Amino acid sequence: MSSEEHRQHVIAIGVYVGIWATLMILTALTVFASFLELGNWNIVLALVIATIKGTLVVLFFMHLYYSSKLTKVTVITALFFLFLLLALSMTDYLTRGWLTNPMH
Amino acid sequence: MANSDIEVAELSLQHHFASMDQQRESSTFGMWLFLLTEIMFFGGLFCAYLVYRATYYQAFVEGSQTMNIWLGATNTAVLICSSLTMALGVRCAQTDNRKLMVILLIFTMMFGLAFLGIKAIEYHEHWTAHQFPGPNFSFPQAEANGVNPQNVQIYFSLYWAMTGLHALHMVIGVGLVLWITIVGARGRYSADYFAPVENVGLYWHFVDLVWIYLFPLLYLISHKHGG
Repeated sequence: MSSEEHRQHVIAIGVYVGIWATLMILTALTVFASFLELGNWNIVLALVIATIKGTLVVLFFMHLYYSSKLTKVTVITALFFLFLLLALSMTDYLTRGWLTNPMH
Repeated sequence: MANSDIEVAELSLQHHFASMDQQRESSTFGMWLFLLTEIMFFGGLFCAYLVYRATYYQAFVEGSQTMNIWLGATNTAVLICSSLTMALGVRCAQTDNRKLMVILLIFTMMFGLAFLGIKAIEYHEHWTAHQFPGPNFSFPQAEANGVNPQNVQIYFSLYWAMTGLHALHMVIGVGLVLWITIVGARGRYSADYFAPVENVGLYWHFVDLVWIYLFPLLYLISHKHGG
């Protein structure tokens, strides 16, 4: 086979180890942050840290950063539909008490 | 050496693909499409979690107090380590390092089994404490804090469903890694053909990704009694 067949990007070992170390530090950070009393900001901080961790996993462990445009569009589509599922459901449940039904 | 490479590649190239590159791209794309459906599959449970957490927040706080944060954090670390060994295993497949690939895949399985073992300890604790939804569910500490135990039961229903589905994915994942370890040890994969390793890796990282969200949402809701 010609070298053209080896086009897939090989990521340096140091990058993988660096991502792993960052994920471990962020895990410790999210446990530490959960003991702080930040009110509603606790969940925001927890989800921000989880999203940073998730993004690192998807971009580097799952090679998305080096993947084709088609794969990137697939992932963005997945996130968009997940957003629709969560956001449209919550527009229903969170607004149920806002208006009183004149029929009742 | 070069001859056997060509043989492996020719054996691996299916007739409906023009090149190994196109074949690998297609299989990776297919795997991502599958993971897209998986995101929506878990998404339904995350949506249910969101709705009930918003409705019965205090009950969710009560339920999450029973979680062992340290076991949960340990399991998060175990999964991150397994993702590292999996990613390095895929890299070994890319670089034709069969022996190290097999070792790293075995480590991945070990971490996966360690995760399931720790999860089993947690499940046992909740089971013996009657924190499993159903007729035997009991949560006496709820009423002392002015929370309806029925609402705490909703938390535990979601806890068992979400972590249970995740654990099922882990069991399947360990099986898949075992499969590519055995096939890989026989020298079936090379730098030209390693799509199964790559795709099992994608699956494994996805399962790790789900846990990255499950851990803060189920274990770290709040440590104080809000009353």
